[in-house]
Amino acid sequence: MITLDELLERDRRREEDGFKRKIRIGKIVKPGSGGKEKIIIVPTTVEEKFVHDDIHPDQEPGEGEPTGGTGEGEEGDIIGEQPVRPEEGEEGEEGAGEGPGEGEGGDHELESNAYELGKVLSEDFQLPNLQDKGKKRTLARYVYDLTDKNKGVGQVLDKKSTLKQIVETNITLGNIPDVNDIDTTKFIISPQDLIYRILSREKDYESQALIFFLRDYSGSMGGKVTQTVVSQHVMLYSWLLYQYDKQVETRFILHDTEAKEVPDFYKYYSYKVAGGTKVFTAFKMVNDIVERENLARDYNIYVFHGTDGDDWDKEGKQTIEEIEKMFNYVARIGISIVEHSYVGSKQTEVEKYLKSSGVLNNHSNLIKLDVMNEDADDSRIIQGIKKLIS
Amino acid sequence: MELVSQHAKGIMEECKLRARDQGLKFDNETLEYIVTNRDMIELSPKIMIPTLYDYWVHDVKVLSGKGMYEAYPSNPYETVINTRPAISFYNDNNPDWLNVMIFYHVLGHIDFFQNNLFYKNTWDIDLTGQALSDKRLISQLRSEKGRWVDYAIEFSRGLDNLVGYQKELNQHITRDTRQPLTRMDYYFDIFLQKIKNVPLHEYLKEITRYNATIKTNEDFFDQVTGKYPEFEELYKKELSIKVKSDLDVMEYIIRFSPFLREDENNWIKSVIQIVRNTSSYFQPQIRTKIMNEGWASYWHEYLFMRDDRICGHEADFAKVNAGVTSMPKVGLNPYALGMRLVQHIKDMEDKGCYSLEYMFLKDEVGKKKYNTGQNSGDDFILKVRENYNDFTFINRFIDQEFVTRHDLFVAGKRFNGARMSWEYYIKSKKAEDYKQMVIDTLYHPPEIFIDKTGTKDGILYLNHKFENKPLKLDFIENTMVGIEYLWGGPVYLETSEPVISNQTATNYANFWDPSSSRTKGGKPEPVKWKRMLYVMENRKLHKREL
Repeated sequence: MITLDELLERDRRREEDGFKRKIRIGKIVKPGSGGKEKIIIVPTTVEEKFVHDDIHPDQEPGEGEPTGGTGEGEEGDIIGEQPVRPEEGEEGEEGAGEGPGEGEGGDHELESNAYELGKVLSEDFQLPNLQDKGKKRTLARYVYDLTDKNKGVGQVLDKKSTLKQIVETNITLGNIPDVNDIDTTKFIISPQDLIYRILSREKDYESQALIFFLRDYSGSMGGKVTQTVVSQHVMLYSWLLYQYDKQVETRFILHDTEAKEVPDFYKYYSYKVAGGTKVFTAFKMVNDIVERENLARDYNIYVFHGTDGDDWDKEGKQTIEEIEKMFNYVARIGISIVEHSYVGSKQTEVEKYLKSSGVLNNHSNLIKLDVMNEDADDSRIIQGIKKLIS
Repeated sequence: MELVSQHAKGIMEECKLRARDQGLKFDNETLEYIVTNRDMIELSPKIMIPTLYDYWVHDVKVLSGKGMYEAYPSNPYETVINTRPAISFYNDNNPDWLNVMIFYHVLGHIDFFQNNLFYKNTWDIDLTGQALSDKRLISQLRSEKGRWVDYAIEFSRGLDNLVGYQKELNQHITRDTRQPLTRMDYYFDIFLQKIKNVPLHEYLKEITRYNATIKTNEDFFDQVTGKYPEFEELYKKELSIKVKSDLDVMEYIIRFSPFLREDENNWIKSVIQIVRNTSSYFQPQIRTKIMNEGWASYWHEYLFMRDDRICGHEADFAKVNAGVTSMPKVGLNPYALGMRLVQHIKDMEDKGCYSLEYMFLKDEVGKKKYNTGQNSGDDFILKVRENYNDFTFINRFIDQEFVTRHDLFVAGKRFNGARMSWEYYIKSKKAEDYKQMVIDTLYHPPEIFIDKTGTKDGILYLNHKFENKPLKLDFIENTMVGIEYLWGGPVYLETSEPVISNQTATNYANFWDPSSSRTKGGKPEPVKWKRMLYVMENRKLHKREL
């Protein structure tokens, strides 16, 4: 049986042979109690053929695919309904109802899977490793290492340092008349010249990251756009989890005309279809959270935002204002705009005002923008990630 | 993987006797295996054929199948493969009463495989043996050519839904009955009309002369050979041409691809052939899902209820049976639909309802009471299982009586902006609509053929016969990259796409707030179509309007 690694290796070779990659990372959601779903990461692939499309251009807007049914009733009777958005009530019960043990279990399973995915992304898709792990703030543990030097006594003789010391001593003693012609047999060696390395206790710091995922879930974000944004955020999350060796905390924020925080990734990616779009609300919420909880001191903060580029605030004044506030503390802001295919070659509003405001150039090390089409495949998405974290 | 216990095998053999008594026909030998869940997951990407060739897509599917199983464990009761002898897989040694039910179901499938005429092309092949030799050939090629074998498989599979299954089946079915072309047929049907293009009055004159010669016992062809000395030669030439209908895309590539003609690429032909044969083999199965499942479900119910071995387990049976064959409130269940339709056909035929007299009856009461008492339903459904496939089965037999009897309807789904919800409603209770809805779910690959006039100067020109369904655009590029590779030159594809006006763009945006489009009133304009030409050259795809 072939392993995932071998499959990915094979997939990488496709590019060398001049064909597109075909393996995608898929997610299966296993429903669990208390909203703690487990996400199982699996490879998937599609075998392309000439097939008929399922779209029905004649269908009236707002009408779904008909299917079969059975039971009593007359034509026109409504036999059931299904809310477009998950019930609001769910959130309330989330905090109150669940036991802590159970909750953590669910989290852990997502994390361990995502960590594996991050590893795959770093190793197999050749995402760069983080170069600057940021300020070292949290004291994680002590390690013991042969780093300190000691004269006269110790565990291992440091030959290079010892020789240097001997030469130094002999120069001071005037024992080396010509530096170009040294006679080592004439060296005078004091016991104090021997330099040893000794075992010492070192503090080892680890970086800690806090990632804010922001997603536009307004009405325009239907279909592939959302899928693409969420795919990219899953991969980003997984990759950072790997980079920071699981020292990652995440917050999830959705916005339409107002922002709201959701408790877990599942809710983050499954909520759909709401009203209009005000991008700044999400950024403002991040700023508020960071200030309120005093997070800037202890974390490397990343903010990733995914949108289709639509914004009611066409000038983006408020958005730019919030983003500029953010520059004081963030390690990186990554904005991905996934364009609907009907946008064509026009620039979307968010793209326009980000470019005209100049933040992209003035703070090019803090903020990155990636614009892709809604049909982007996994390799394009991964490329986007490279851009966002470069 | 191991054979079922001797005890279970004994039950199976008894089931066979009882099934045969009811008119089912199948070979004596069958093989039954117990497999683990893991085996099942590993077999299913290989269409349950243990000896199918190895291919990485199967491995991907196994890995995701395992993930799926972890999230949503489910175990099928049985799986049958159409081989000789027929092989069936079971999850475990079930209790006897359940085995009786499952075995009847399996026998229903086997009977269907071995009698339905759409399977005729599979009757003379030992699939497991065939697959094993293919698998060996592929692994031998792989040791010589490495990953290029997998590309060849991938690109061939990109075309394997375009196999000319119907044409091939037609040859299989008419093979025994086909008449050789007589001299007279050739003269009147081909020679005069297609080669000489004689005017109508001359043609009629020849017919009159032919009729006259029958009476006088003259040799009709004496004059013909006198007038057209070349006739005999042409007739012999026509006879020597092997009857071969139009080649499908895969066959055409095997025969005429300049790239494959080169010695070092010759091996790819065998790969395409293997993929093509495998696909042909499974074509009937995809096209008879509702019938096959319905037939098996009908018989497991019918035979189980008449089996004295399982007295006392009627309630257990009812529970399992309902799980498999109940009609969902919303959605389609092929087992349930097929089974009810078989029952319906039997009842209708028993009462003689498939008759002109019944058709002309206008009053409902008369229709309900109609019964000639001919009780020919049992024979009739056996004929149906022999001669129909899903499309003809659904199209011929779903009638208003059936839809009304089972309270069936087409369920619509629409967006309710005020409540932010999807509403399910009864869209139609008419048999015609229900039938169309079911037909729309059937397997129907696009009809794409080689355009002989466009195929020249190294170009392969494919033409898509448009049936008001566009092709899935995302898939076109990669599929064509594959064809270009196999063909070794530019590939053109002619197909249709909707004309996108500004109107449709706003419709799309409004989709998320459909109430706004409602208030506008009126239906959206009917979609206009335009012919497009896709050109694949040097792995780059372009398209232009025709």
